[in-house]
Amino acid sequence: MSGAKVWALHLAVLVALFAAQYLLPPYHATNLARVLVLALFAMGYNLAFGYTGLLSLGHALFFAGGMFAAGLPAYHFGFSAGPALILSLLGGGVLAGAVGLFALRTAGVSFMIVTLMFAQAGYLTLIYFNAWTGGDQGFAVPASGRSLFGFALSSDGPRFAVAWGLFALGFLVCLALVRSRFGRVMVAMRENEERSRLLGYNPFVVKLIVLVISGLYAGLAGGAWALLFGYAGASFATIQYSILPMLYVLLGGAGTVAGPVLGAALMFWLIELASGLTSAWLFLVGAALVVLVLFAPKGILGWVREKVWRGLP
Amino acid sequence: MSLLEARGLTRHFGGLRAVDGVDFDLRPGEVQGLIGPNGAGKTTFVSLLSGRIPVQSGTIHLAGEDITRLPAQARVRKGLAYTFQITSIFPGLTVFDNVALAVQGGRAQIGSWRGGGAALEAAVAAALGQVGMADLAGQGAGALSYGHQRLLEVAMGLALQPKVLILDEPTQGLAAGEIAGFMALVRGLVPAVSVLLIEHNMEVVMGVADRITVLNFGRVLARGTPAQISADPAVQEAYLGA
Ligand SMILES: Nc1ncnc2c1ncn2[C@@H]1O[C@H](COP(=O)(O)OP(=O)(O)O)[C@@H](O)[C@H]1O
Ligand SMILES: [Mg+2]
Repeated sequence: MSGAKVWALHLAVLVALFAAQYLLPPYHATNLARVLVLALFAMGYNLAFGYTGLLSLGHALFFAGGMFAAGLPAYHFGFSAGPALILSLLGGGVLAGAVGLFALRTAGVSFMIVTLMFAQAGYLTLIYFNAWTGGDQGFAVPASGRSLFGFALSSDGPRFAVAWGLFALGFLVCLALVRSRFGRVMVAMRENEERSRLLGYNPFVVKLIVLVISGLYAGLAGGAWALLFGYAGASFATIQYSILPMLYVLLGGAGTVAGPVLGAALMFWLIELASGLTSAWLFLVGAALVVLVLFAPKGILGWVREKVWRGLP
Repeated sequence: MSLLEARGLTRHFGGLRAVDGVDFDLRPGEVQGLIGPNGAGKTTFVSLLSGRIPVQSGTIHLAGEDITRLPAQARVRKGLAYTFQITSIFPGLTVFDNVALAVQGGRAQIGSWRGGGAALEAAVAAALGQVGMADLAGQGAGALSYGHQRLLEVAMGLALQPKVLILDEPTQGLAAGEIAGFMALVRGLVPAVSVLLIEHNMEVVMGVADRITVLNFGRVLARGTPAQISADPAVQEAYLGA
């Protein structure tokens, strides 16, 4: 598949998402900003899970790590949004690297359990230091921390612009990465790790690099969430926030570049719609997921790749 | 001088002496056959050479360098390539990507960070051409026929641009016509590449090997030229005459 066509298509997706803020009513434009930050998180998850086959249950730790790496300095030391975002990126990456050094000695179910334990330990740590972190209550990020180049991130325009900008950055990096030489090796790990070893690749090193990249995404998303929406709390380190990106990825299509944002958007508005219709909205969401697994087990874009366009990255 | 040298190589599985103190030499530029009855320890022996299985005792040298403790992927990068007896490809990827992974992972490390480039494409095309699969590059590897998957396995070994190529029963499942082509291919590899060929098809191994080593119960039973081996009474009893 021609490279120019692939890039043009993905750039068009970015343009459409940017235009959507003017086309949607304000309430939904704010929701779209939320979706874009969650999609950034899910894109990172997808690099590990969808492309490399690492089924992590610990990504909430990287998300919350980024959230607090940005939120705590903003809250306690008056950091502004720029430095705070850089700290969130580092926080997610360092945590993922540290967890990976241990967890990647295992595989499969053990890997799921070890990553889950690390995330749980992170959650308990946040609770333990509640004098600093606010524990379960969390804390509101002050206005001084929600300012980027003089723009207040609490107002709609700048907030959407930053959410979109970070998402776009992650989206393009993801596309370049999965089409690169290293991207081919990532998929080789997922498909047949033993064979990839006998082709000269060190699975531990490859998977560790991917996990760190994935953690950078999660951390940046967590930091953006705290700064754009003004709140950081330990609840973001619970297992729910490891499962959510997995669901987005499964719905949109694991191992596709645009799958996570599609999945995040659909899931967000499905929950919105269902919770407006009935108090049993979880049941509706669950039913939708069952339908998906039955009819498109590879997710929506996975289905597209299988039936329509084989070269879809 | 020997390119690949093993001394006292040993691997037991519980009480089973799968490989039991094997000395072995592969000379530069030769095709050496490795034969023996089923369960003789051939796959285990080459798994020790390639690093898929750690050795219990003994040493392995490649071009004079001790590689006994090197992990498999490091041995590949030094030029020791192994193709699997049980076909092991990336079924979800295209034939092109399967071979490209070998090209960019092997000794020469060809290709740019962007994952493409003329040099990579040329190397992939060359490896596929050698096994006669040039026109199948765009196919999904999982959808290939069994024979083509075997040949893809060989192409991946070639694409590593090794000094030593270990082929574990590559002709298993090939059609008669493909086997003749395969024999010509192996003879065409030397002397640039030295080949260790595990083979159950006697016609193939007698036809292409310069020397043959016979394993039985994890030990070397005999070694010599094809003529010497087929005349060896111990070999006939253990293996050929059976
Ligand atoms: N991983 C293993 N665990 C236990 N026994 C094994 C293992 N691999 C091979 N064996 C045994 O070692 C012996 C040699 O096997 P193998 O090397 O595959 O023989 P060959 O390739 O000559 O047919 C056989 O008896 C086999 O059952
Ligand atoms: Mg065998």
